Amino acid sequence: MSSESTTGGGIAAPRARRMRSLRAERLVDVVIRSVGPVLLALGAGALLLFALGRDPVTFYRAVWDGGVASGAWQDSAISMAPFLLIAAGLTVIFRANIWNLGYNGQFLLGAALVSGYGSSLVEHVPLWLAFVLLFLLSGAVAGAWTIVPAILKARFGTNEIITTLMMSFIGIDLASILIKGPFHDPTTPLPQTAVIPFDKMLPPIPGTRIHIGLLVAFAAVIVVHYVLTRTSWGLRLQIMGANPKAAGHFGVSVRRLIVVSFFASGFLVGLAATADIMGLWGYIRTGWNPAYGDTIIPFVFLARLNALAVVPFIAFFAVVYTGGDLAAQQVNLSSDFLYVLVGLILLFMTVIEYFGRRRDLGASYLSPGLRQSLLSGFGRRKASE
Amino acid sequence: MILASQVWTQIFWTSALAGGLVAGVPIMFTALGESISERAGVLNIGLEGMMLAGAYCGFLGAYYGHNQWLGYLAGIGAGVLASLVMVVLCVWLGLDQIVVGIAITLAGEGLTSVLYQNRFSSSQPQLPNVPSAAIPGLDRIPVLGKPINGQFPLFAQPLIVYLGLGFALLLTWIFRYTNVGLNLRAAGERPDALDAAGISVVSTRSYAVLATGALTGLGGAYLALAGAGGFQPFITQGQGYMAIVIAMLARGRPIAVVAFSLMFGVALSLSTLLQIAGINLAPEVVNIIPFAAIIVALVLFARRAYLPPALALPYVRGAR
Amino acid sequence: MSQPSAQATPLVELRGITKAFPNVLANDDIDLALRAGEIHCLLGENGAGKSTLIGILSGLVKPDRGLILIDGVKTPIPSPRRALELGIGTVHQHSTLIPALTVLENLMLGDSRRLRLDQRNARSRLAELSAQLGVEIDPDSKAADLALGHQQQVEIVKALWRGSRLLILDEPTSMLTPQGVAELAKVLGRLKESGQAVIFITHKLHEALSLADAISILRRGRLGGEIEATELAARPHSELRAEIVRIMFGEEARAVAKVAELREDLAEPETARRVEEDAEVVLELQGLTVAGEGSERGVADVSFTLHQGEILGIAGMDGSGQRALAEAIAGQRRASHGHVSLYGGDVTRLTVSARQKLGLRYVTDDRLGEGTVGVLPVSLNLFLKRVGERPYWRHGRIQRAVIDERAAELVREFDVRTPFVTTRVSTLSGGNIQKVLLARELSFEPKVVVFHKPTYGLDVKTTATVRELIRRLAEGGGAAVVISTDLDELVELCDRIGVLSRGQLVGTVANGPDAAERIGELMIAERTAAA
Repeated sequence: MSSESTTGGGIAAPRARRMRSLRAERLVDVVIRSVGPVLLALGAGALLLFALGRDPVTFYRAVWDGGVASGAWQDSAISMAPFLLIAAGLTVIFRANIWNLGYNGQFLLGAALVSGYGSSLVEHVPLWLAFVLLFLLSGAVAGAWTIVPAILKARFGTNEIITTLMMSFIGIDLASILIKGPFHDPTTPLPQTAVIPFDKMLPPIPGTRIHIGLLVAFAAVIVVHYVLTRTSWGLRLQIMGANPKAAGHFGVSVRRLIVVSFFASGFLVGLAATADIMGLWGYIRTGWNPAYGDTIIPFVFLARLNALAVVPFIAFFAVVYTGGDLAAQQVNLSSDFLYVLVGLILLFMTVIEYFGRRRDLGASYLSPGLRQSLLSGFGRRKASE
Repeated sequence: MILASQVWTQIFWTSALAGGLVAGVPIMFTALGESISERAGVLNIGLEGMMLAGAYCGFLGAYYGHNQWLGYLAGIGAGVLASLVMVVLCVWLGLDQIVVGIAITLAGEGLTSVLYQNRFSSSQPQLPNVPSAAIPGLDRIPVLGKPINGQFPLFAQPLIVYLGLGFALLLTWIFRYTNVGLNLRAAGERPDALDAAGISVVSTRSYAVLATGALTGLGGAYLALAGAGGFQPFITQGQGYMAIVIAMLARGRPIAVVAFSLMFGVALSLSTLLQIAGINLAPEVVNIIPFAAIIVALVLFARRAYLPPALALPYVRGAR
Repeated sequence: MSQPSAQATPLVELRGITKAFPNVLANDDIDLALRAGEIHCLLGENGAGKSTLIGILSGLVKPDRGLILIDGVKTPIPSPRRALELGIGTVHQHSTLIPALTVLENLMLGDSRRLRLDQRNARSRLAELSAQLGVEIDPDSKAADLALGHQQQVEIVKALWRGSRLLILDEPTSMLTPQGVAELAKVLGRLKESGQAVIFITHKLHEALSLADAISILRRGRLGGEIEATELAARPHSELRAEIVRIMFGEEARAVAKVAELREDLAEPETARRVEEDAEVVLELQGLTVAGEGSERGVADVSFTLHQGEILGIAGMDGSGQRALAEAIAGQRRASHGHVSLYGGDVTRLTVSARQKLGLRYVTDDRLGEGTVGVLPVSLNLFLKRVGERPYWRHGRIQRAVIDERAAELVREFDVRTPFVTTRVSTLSGGNIQKVLLARELSFEPKVVVFHKPTYGLDVKTTATVRELIRRLAEGGGAAVVISTDLDELVELCDRIGVLSRGQLVGTVANGPDAAERIGELMIAERTAAA
């Protein structure tokens, strides 16, 4: 129900003032909705630490020390590289109202391929070319791993939450098989690939320890944001994400868009794998599953599916991730505490959403289409709109 | 020689059944619970977290209480508590069921891991074997009635399993012949119609979700007690998600849920089976099979699965 | 039929009922008196506040101020359950039957607190009520399989199930054929005889005049006027009609007077619009067969021709395949057999955007779900069928300035009330959203436009505007296909009217006297053996 004023030519002063105050209100609202859940979760986490007999102050200070203070920020920045790329991949696919929950399998397969071929490739080809090829390889492999769920969804409307999850589990096992098999380092009995020599890994940004994978991540985020917000393709994605029925009405080829966006999402996840392997680890062993995506999802939502806005959230998370690991060790707690924090952030986000909705301001963090897409592909659904 | 090969085949198939039961029962309880929720229109993505909560608390209950029933009870309680989050946020406040579900899974995984590591990482205790309840008479059948490779023989399962199967029958009756069943169905099909008929949609859905939590907690507890004999972080390994799929494929029919659960149980225990059969495959390859089976099942059968129209949609009275 | 004494205590009385929603005062100090054995009509255009008032009576809405008296006693109605206990049964405009359940299950829903379902009891109660209403109902058929008229009968039975004394009917005739309306009138008559109090909502004047004993007229949330039983019986309908229109619209009465909803009897075409004998064929369907989607039916072997300057109507009950037909013409859905030709050229294989460019447009009935993307601004919505095209996009990049400028022009031309062109379209009122759709489809030289329920749910003024736009399209050299379940609308607008029944075009009727009757007959005729 809009106010019944007509559009006019120039903007009169009262209208301009109203626009400004509307914008200010909306800004405050956005800040509350974005930062609020994080603060609340940290607070609840502190209570939990207390209940477990640990000192919250010690813990959070250790997080700061391990994540930011005296050069530790560089380690946090290093971990940002795969986070940002995965976040970009998730942003793309969530905007299309599709749940790609297979990022873990996609990541590990890309990582296995890069580790497997990386050590020989860097010896035979100019280094910069090797890096480009490896990025493309892992991107392609991870993207390809989305094809089965993508086609099943596009052709038969099969539910993608379950198919991507199952493919993820399969992918994780497949990566293990590859690491133990064709990619196995023959010089060691341990189930891992050959270690890439330090001078053949991604070079650091001059003056820091941070490898240039982070720059690749920033570039990817900017490109993704531009494509999503300024191009016709991005708009079509948004239409499909807002409402698949509308997509058909506006002549958007839904099937093609599903496959392409799935691939793009996987591709970005694959890029994260190269950044991590060629920038940080240099090898991969079986049983390793960092499962970055699991903990990144909430921040993608908090950023309202905006690729640029997710950057500060990822930066925050990188600090908590890096520092939290050390802090957990320091207070003798499992580092899985991070999952609790992230789960709490999600919960508080929904609660704040409830109060925000009651005040009827702004947009929800979750597009209605994302919810609907879960239920697609299960036979006859009576229209219940 | 012939006799040996006959025994071999018998052992193989009864092992398959027995193994299927052990691995399938946790999923069975969970999927039965999920079918109640889904019937009422609530989708529980958080099953994985709830199952872990049930497993950990079930372990605690059995460990400190020295009794399997205390373990089951503790598991049920944990599941109910975990699902209470769902009830308050999704059914009462109408918030998004999928996001809250993911949050419950993450929190459940993290919390159970942290708590277990906090107390037991050094001791890693094992639970004593859960006693089985032999069906008198049937357990004297040779081979079938005897333990195979340390696993429960077919007709001497722990009592809770028989209770579970009985519950599946009870649920079938409830769904078809009672007002409760009709209300659940209406809540999932057209909640506004249920409301107009004077029944509270919120109440109906709340009880459904709590029942799901109880059953899921029980499934997790059984996994810890009878399946693993203890607890490890992330012990469920995706079984919560499998339960969701099974509930959907079974279209909410409890008997079908039991059947599908047992089938997937067999798939899950395949590695032991194949060893018995003398086929040696790398464990990872064997692990892939149940997941691939689910995808195939989805492709083949998903078309015919029928989902309640109001599934995962919060109900607000008078909403246009 | 005896008139109830005016002195008798009303069964249900509303006094000073007021209810406000965030942006609108839905009910403003309304009084209403409902008596046993009397059929009361609540008349008002869409958006006048009728549904809110009914919601208050059925326990779905709580009034902000005012009293409800039942048998003279102050009684609040806080929930649907309470309303049922107080003897108030409601038949809503949109069916509250659960399609997947049987009739019996639908009736048993919520009936008892006991655990077991009591089928025997339910069956006998159904038989009892069916006899009372004079209808036949099969308890074991699925609600989804019932014809709309039968569904409504089941809903009435359900409303009366627990012995209600007041029956509320919300827009009961919107989905019925003229014959169905006659049957409903008979049922209402029997209810009245048995002492039931009945109130029904409508926005159609002729229904109020023919069915009601007393009329209350709502205008913009306030009680505009009342016509009591004695008056209704005494004065001639034409006189009453004029007065009611004056009450409903005041000074604006002239602008809307010709609209079908305000006619005193079933709409009769005023001036026969003549279509040239040799007018060019602009759209032709040959043997078009389109599969249905989900639970909606498709169409089989549909053929018709549309001439320049013509307005062709497609009548039919909801669920006869209208959507499949519309989407197939628009290019949204692929036909499995048959052809669609535009100006003689086959367009069957062309995409939505290709057909758009050729002038073939589609105004969908699902304004919010399909026709617009709510989170996007008005300006973008106006060009969503031209994504990627110049000058709004260059090399795939959006040109915001061009879009905003052209959008402002369209908003002015079509009188869309919105604070800014960048406002999110979901915040607009229903009428303005429809104008956005029309602005989009009727700009850039439309030639053939398919309209699906173009005035559904709109207020009368906007309705008149929309129908005028359709006429102007036809008069200006284009042509229109109007798909609607509203017979009044079709008779007002169209030159010819085809009837879609169970996915087939069972006949075409030239507009004229008795058109509505003939259409109704076609709608319910048994399907003849396929040719």
